Amino acid sequence: MKLNLKIWRQKDARSKGEMKDYPINGIEGDMSFLEMLDVLNEELINKGEEPVQFDHDCREGICGSCSLQINGEPHGPDRLVTTCQLHMRKFNDGDTIVIEPFRATAFPVIKDLVIDRSAFDRIQQVGGYISVNTSGNTVDANATPIEKEKADDSFYAATCIGCGACVAACKNASAMLFTSAKVSQFALLPQGRVEATERVQSMVRQMDLEGFGNCTNTGACEVECPKGISLENIARMNREYLSAKLKG
Amino acid sequence: MSELNAKIPVGPLAEKWTTYKNSINLISPANKRSLDVIVVGTGLAGGSAAATLAELGYNVKAFCFQDSPRRAHSVAAQGGINAAKNYTGDGDSVYRLFYDTIKGGDYRSREANVYRLAEVSSNIIDQCVAQGVPFAREYGGLLANRSFGGVQVSRTFYAKGQTGQQLLLGVYSALNRQIARGKIEMFNRHEMLDVVLLGDKARGIISRNLVSGAIDRHSAHAVVIASGGYGNLFYLSTYAMGCNASAAWKAHKRGAFLANPCFNQIHPTAIPVGGPNQSKLTLMSESLRNDGRIWVPKDQEDAKALREGVKQPNDIADADRDYYLERQYPAFGNLVPRDVASRAAKERCDAGYGVNVTGQAVFLDFHSAIYRFGKEQARIKGLDTDDDRLITRLGEEVIKGKYGNLFQMYQKIIDQDPYKTPMMIYPTTHYTMGGLWVDYNLMTTVPGLFAIGEANFSDHGANRLGASALMQGLADGYFILPYTIGDYLSQDIGTGKIPTTTIEFEEAELQVTERIHRLINNKGSHPVDYFHKKLGTIMWQYCGINRNKKGLETAMEEIKSVRLAFWENAIVPGTAEEFNEELAKAGRLADFLELAELYAKDALFREESCGAHMREEFRTTDGEALRNDTDFAHVAAWEYKGEPRNALLHKEKLVYENIEVKQRSYR
Repeated sequence: MKLNLKIWRQKDARSKGEMKDYPINGIEGDMSFLEMLDVLNEELINKGEEPVQFDHDCREGICGSCSLQINGEPHGPDRLVTTCQLHMRKFNDGDTIVIEPFRATAFPVIKDLVIDRSAFDRIQQVGGYISVNTSGNTVDANATPIEKEKADDSFYAATCIGCGACVAACKNASAMLFTSAKVSQFALLPQGRVEATERVQSMVRQMDLEGFGNCTNTGACEVECPKGISLENIARMNREYLSAKLKG
Repeated sequence: MSELNAKIPVGPLAEKWTTYKNSINLISPANKRSLDVIVVGTGLAGGSAAATLAELGYNVKAFCFQDSPRRAHSVAAQGGINAAKNYTGDGDSVYRLFYDTIKGGDYRSREANVYRLAEVSSNIIDQCVAQGVPFAREYGGLLANRSFGGVQVSRTFYAKGQTGQQLLLGVYSALNRQIARGKIEMFNRHEMLDVVLLGDKARGIISRNLVSGAIDRHSAHAVVIASGGYGNLFYLSTYAMGCNASAAWKAHKRGAFLANPCFNQIHPTAIPVGGPNQSKLTLMSESLRNDGRIWVPKDQEDAKALREGVKQPNDIADADRDYYLERQYPAFGNLVPRDVASRAAKERCDAGYGVNVTGQAVFLDFHSAIYRFGKEQARIKGLDTDDDRLITRLGEEVIKGKYGNLFQMYQKIIDQDPYKTPMMIYPTTHYTMGGLWVDYNLMTTVPGLFAIGEANFSDHGANRLGASALMQGLADGYFILPYTIGDYLSQDIGTGKIPTTTIEFEEAELQVTERIHRLINNKGSHPVDYFHKKLGTIMWQYCGINRNKKGLETAMEEIKSVRLAFWENAIVPGTAEEFNEELAKAGRLADFLELAELYAKDALFREESCGAHMREEFRTTDGEALRNDTDFAHVAAWEYKGEPRNALLHKEKLVYENIEVKQRSYR
C-alpha cells in the first residue's frame, strides 16, 4: 500500500508544533500500525532526518504505553484495540492518515507524539490502593468469599491499562472513566469497602486538580476505550461520591 | 576458577528459612530512617521490593524507563501464578511445588532457594487478595485454580489472561501508597547507566533522564537490580521493546558474576512470525494447553496443501491428525514443560510437517474442548445434548469466559477466528533463567548489590515452569529481600549519608557521558535496528532451541563482528540532550552485543543438555536432553575480564539432599 501520512512534529514541550507530510510506500496489511511507523523512521534515519518519537513498549496491547490520535480517533478506527494491535489491513491503498498525540491540557506533549500522562499516576497516588502492609501477615485468601459476579465486575474495571484514550476521546478531556474504573475495582470488593468513603473523594479531588474536564455523559470514552471499560463505572463512582459526601 | 559459596543456612531444608529469619540482625525503626536503598526496575520484583522496603522505613529511590511503573513488562504475563495452597485438594504441598520446580528446571537450580520460594508462595496469594487483586473465583465465592505445564496438580491462580497485569497493578498500588507517604522517590523515564562502587561496596548509580538527557548521580547504602531478563538479544521475542539487560550487564562489568547466561526459555506457543518488518511476537498463554490440543498433519502432503492454502485445517480429518505431544508424552500430553513442547514443535516443522505459509507453525486446536464443555453445559441446563449447533455455541461461551482476551488478540493479529479454525503457533524467546549470580541472601558477588526477579538466576534452573515467574518476582520482592537486605544494612546504621562527590562517582559519570557522546557522534550508515536484527538472526540460528559446538563457535565470531560493525557504522540521530529513543536503543544494543557473546560461550562450555539448553551432541536415544551430572551439576558463574570471551568461570556446586536426581521424564 501507498499512504500519505500527516504527522504532528514538535521539538519539545516549549516549542510550537506543526503537521508534516510523509508519503510512504510498500506497507503490508499484516503490519501493525507501529511497524508502519518503524518503516517510516528507518527511512527518515537513512535520509539523515529525525525519526518520529512515539511511546510504545509491550506491543501486545497491555502496557498502555502507546497512544496516538489516528484520523481523529484514539487508537484509530478499529474497536477494542490499542494502536500497537491496530493492523494496516484496516486502511486502504492511497489513504491519508492523520497522526497526532492525545490532546488534553493534563497531558502535555514531551516531543512529537510522546505525551506526559503522569497526572494519572498522581490520581492513583492519593487513594488508588488498599492500605494494607505488604508484610504477608494477613488472613487466608479464602477467608472472605466474594460473589463471583462482583469479583468479575471488579476484574473488568481493573483491566484499564491507563492509556488515556478516554481523555483523548472526550470533548471535555474528562478522566472520569479512568478514575471510576479504579474506584469501582475496590468499591466492589469487601477489602476495598473499608476506605471507600475517603478514596472516592480524594481521587475525584485530584482528578479536578490535574485539569481534567467534567463528564457530560456523551459516552465517547466507552466507545474508544481499547479495553471496553464500561460507563457503568462512572455511574457507580457518582453513587460512591454522593454517598461519601452525605456521610461527610 | 573458584568454588562459590551460596551461604545456605545449615539445618533441615524445611527449617532453613525460619532459622535464618530468627538469626539475622534486625534494624530499629529509627535507624531504618537513615538508610537509603536504590531499586532499579519496578516490575513485580522491583516494585514489590520498593514498596515493602519503604513500608519498613527505609528511604527508597526507584527507577523505571517506562513513563509509569504500571507499564513494566510483568504486566504482560498472562496465565497465572503458582502457590502451594492445595485448595483443590489434589495432593499439592510445599514439597510438591518444590519438587516440580527442581525437576522442571532439570536439576540445575539451588535446593534451598527453591524450597523457600515454595514455602512463601501461599502467602503471596493471601497478600494479593488483601490488596484487592481480583483473581478468578468459583460460584461459591472461593478462588479458582487451573493447571500449567510440567505438573499434575491445579495450583495456578489467575485473572483470566491478565494475571500479570492484575498482580502488577497490585504492586503499583502498594508503590503509590509509599510514594504518597514520601517514602519512595519515583524516577519514571529514567535509565540506570552504571553502578558505582565505593571500596568494594555498591553505593549508588548513574542515571539518565530519558526526557531531558540529564545525567545524575544517586547514592545509597544498597542497590537492588530488578531489571528483568535479556531475551531481547533475539530481537524478536515476547519481551517488550524496551526490555534490556543494561543494568545487569553494567553490574556484571563492575564485578557481579553472571550465571548460566545460556539458559533461555523458548516458549512453545507464540503467534508465528508474519513478515520481515515484524517487530515483536505475541504470546498465547500456556494456560491454553489446558484445553487446546496441539497437532500437525500425519501426512506431509496434507502439510504441503495447508501451506499452499489448497486445504484448510478443518479439511483434515481427526484420524489424519498427529497429536504429537499426546502420542509422545502420554502422561503429561499437551501439558509437558515448555522446553519439551518447543523442541517437539521444531522437530515436526523441520521434518516437513509445519503449517502456515512459512512452514514454521503447528496448530493449537480447541475443537474438542468446545465440544466437551458444550455437552456439559447442555446437560447442566437440561437442553438437547444432541444438537451440535447448540453444543458448539455453549462450548464457545465457556472457552470465551476462560480465554476471551487471548482469542481476541489472536483474531486481531492473524485476522482469523480461532473459535472456528485452530490457532497457529510457534516457539519464541520468552524468559531468561540465567542472570546475575546471587547467594541465599539474593546478593551478588558485589557486597551491597542485590538482584531479584528475572534479573537473577537462582530458582528456575535450566527451564522455568509456567506461572512460576510471577511467583518468584513477588516472593523476592515482598517476602525475601526485605529480610536479607536488612541483615546486610545492619552494618551501616552508623555510616551516614553516602556522598556523591567522590572520585568514584565522578569517574563513573565521565565514562557514561563519554560513551553517549561516542554513540551520538558516530556518523555511520545504518540505524540501530539493522544491527539488532543481525544479532537476532545469529542468536536464533545458533543459540536457540538447539545448539552445537560448531554453531556456537561461529556465533561467538559473528557476534563479535556485528559488535565491531555497530561501533563503526551505527547512526544515532538527534542529540544527547533531548528525548531520543534511538540513543537509548543504541546504548542497550551495545550491551546486548557484549552479553550475547558470553551467552554463546556459556552454551559452548556446558557440554551437556539440560532443560532448555539442548546441545545436539548430548541427547538420549529418544531425543531428550541428556544431562551430565558428573561434570556439570553446577552453576556456571562468569566473572568479567575485559572482552566478553575472556570471562573467567567460577562454579557453584549443586547439592541435592532432599530430592532424588533422575532423568527427567514426562512420558
